[in-house]
Amino acid sequence: MKKKAIINTRILDPRNNIDEIGGILINDIGKIEAIGKKVTKENVSNAEIYDCKNKVSIPGIIDMRVFVGEPGFEYKENFRTLSQAAVSGGVTGVATMPNTLPLIDNVSTLDFVKRRSRDKSIIKIFPMATLTKGAKGLDMTEFGLLKLRGAWGFTDGTQSIQSNKVMDQIFNYGKNTDILIIQFAQDNELSENGMINDSLQATKLGLKSIPESAEQLIIERDLRLLENYNTKYHIALISSKKSLEIIKNAKDRGLKFTVGVSINNLSLNENDIGDFKTFLKLSPPLRSEEDRLALIDGVKQGLINVIVSDHKPEDEESKRLTFQQATTGASGIESLLSLGLELVHNGSCDLNTLINNLTSSPAKILGIRNGTLSVGSEADIAVFDLDKPWVFKKENIKSKSKNTAIEDRKLQGKVEKTFINGDLVFSE
Amino acid sequence: MATNKLQAIKFNHTHLLGIQYLSIPEVNLILDESLAFVDLNRQENKKLKILNGKTQINLFFENSTRTLSSFELAGKRLGADVMNMNVAQSAIKKGETLIDTAMTLNAMHPDILVIRHQDSGAANLLSQKVNCSVINAGDGRREHPTQALLDVMTIKMKKGKIEGLRVAICGDILHSRVARSNIYLLNMLGAEVRVIGPSTLMPKYIEGFGVKSFTNMEQGLEGCDIIMMLRMQTERMDGSYMPSTREYYEFFALDYKKIKNAKSDALIMHPGPMNRGIEIDTNLADDINRSIIVQQVEMGVAVRMAVLKILMEAKQ
Repeated sequence: MKKKAIINTRILDPRNNIDEIGGILINDIGKIEAIGKKVTKENVSNAEIYDCKNKVSIPGIIDMRVFVGEPGFEYKENFRTLSQAAVSGGVTGVATMPNTLPLIDNVSTLDFVKRRSRDKSIIKIFPMATLTKGAKGLDMTEFGLLKLRGAWGFTDGTQSIQSNKVMDQIFNYGKNTDILIIQFAQDNELSENGMINDSLQATKLGLKSIPESAEQLIIERDLRLLENYNTKYHIALISSKKSLEIIKNAKDRGLKFTVGVSINNLSLNENDIGDFKTFLKLSPPLRSEEDRLALIDGVKQGLINVIVSDHKPEDEESKRLTFQQATTGASGIESLLSLGLELVHNGSCDLNTLINNLTSSPAKILGIRNGTLSVGSEADIAVFDLDKPWVFKKENIKSKSKNTAIEDRKLQGKVEKTFINGDLVFSE
Repeated sequence: MATNKLQAIKFNHTHLLGIQYLSIPEVNLILDESLAFVDLNRQENKKLKILNGKTQINLFFENSTRTLSSFELAGKRLGADVMNMNVAQSAIKKGETLIDTAMTLNAMHPDILVIRHQDSGAANLLSQKVNCSVINAGDGRREHPTQALLDVMTIKMKKGKIEGLRVAICGDILHSRVARSNIYLLNMLGAEVRVIGPSTLMPKYIEGFGVKSFTNMEQGLEGCDIIMMLRMQTERMDGSYMPSTREYYEFFALDYKKIKNAKSDALIMHPGPMNRGIEIDTNLADDINRSIIVQQVEMGVAVRMAVLKILMEAKQ
């Protein structure tokens, strides 16, 4: 492999506090050899040159919450289509949810996923396994063995552990096996048959709601249990202002844990659902504008550490139904960065914070060496035009499923090149 | 028949999906047309030819006696060919989606589809997929526009007006599409609307609809001209929403004692079917000086005839 050099670019690497104009030199085995002002056209004469003037180069995005259909739901998304979608959005690594068929709750299914992704995926796959067998919330999976065989974290994905006793045991044995626990926080009873935020909107649409308390109860319980163990704990998604208050309170008590938020909850609110747009039936639900603004504030304050796409590809048939019958989730890996940049352009969030939440921070939580442009690290790089205007069109979606929540939205900022291990895997 | 002034008003919809989409002139147009049909329905020969050659399909996913027969009669009296789809025996039970059913029916070229469905928004979804006019005969908890129209029609017949009246809607507001449609319509026409019920059956944000909510019947009924009782599902009386039927009856049923708080000439309404002895005292329900429940049924046919006629005219 020939050496490559990205030059004249704005380098942004939050891990190393770099924000400067310069270049990135990629060596012949796809690792970063040099970075900074000294990497200029003159110094890298033997390399393939990519002049990225007026573009921003960041570490490849690590998306911590992605659903892929393999095995079992290949008609919704496979590793190949996921990869194409991901790289077009500058995403080079994803944590995949274990809610496949069969579930990733045992070593053999995990092995299958690892082999499939090795053969079919361009992007780096960091599989999650379930916390409990069958994601039923009752019996723990083989944390130790699964971790040994390559599970980067443990979560029941779309399900929340309901039993206090089971959760206590998970924290306990999870500490023992040094695993990352990721909780999707939602009380099953309070959210039963719920579809949207508990508000005037729900009353008007005549839809059963999911109160904020469904999220808060699980978060508060988990954080109380966590105090006794100090296991690595991550809250997958939060959706409300009140959840942030609980999180702040726990951080003030000195607890260590991390928190994620979906880009959907930062960019959309319940009013976008309009008259029953099923593509905006999400879990957790879109909440009020006040909640959305509070979540952005949470990102700024560092109470939220990770922004995810919550990419959940669903076929038309699962969405062309009444709101009640339609399945939850939206595809979103392709628009994650551009929607994030919308927050930068409208002054809600600074670029460095956004990129940190998309690269360095998720990598740290997962315990992987990616998400940075440090010398010696794998050359996973996204190059984007910060200002380029474009319209998100359904027909251009690369994911196998077209269930986007932002059809025809006008965006500003677009990925132009993506490198993985030094290979140019996407270019526009 | 409609006055010249009202005939000039254009009904700007292909479908009747909810009261929330209507304007005051459009509502008045429907009410005015209905009035003519009330007279017709009282005559010996009730048959018109306005909808001759038109096909009306009543697609009911939920059991209904009164609304279904009312729509059937309305269509037949106007001369339409009316077909009732018994969904319990159809392919929907075998897993066919609402949209597929709609496409199948659409291929039969109906002119009107009347739909009742347990999911909120079902009529809206259907209307996006078919070429004919869709009438919402009740979708989930959301709307039941013809019920509200017939209620308003009944009140108008008895009280001569809507504006300025104080109307209480009582009972299970949370699950009620009748309540929602009535709130929209009565508010639009200038009534003062109150909702009364136990807090477990009251939507938390109902006051956002522009109504006052009460959890105490005596207070809520104070000075009311109209008392609309809603049907209380007995399965919600097992402790999940209310501890028991007798507790509900004690505090929320309408009886001779509680009605004293309302105006002396207050009238009682109920969309039916009634649970006598649960939400209403059985004698009060039959009290001809108080109850206008039978008139509601009569107005129902007239209002639905008016809606069918106006939608067909609007299409031309």
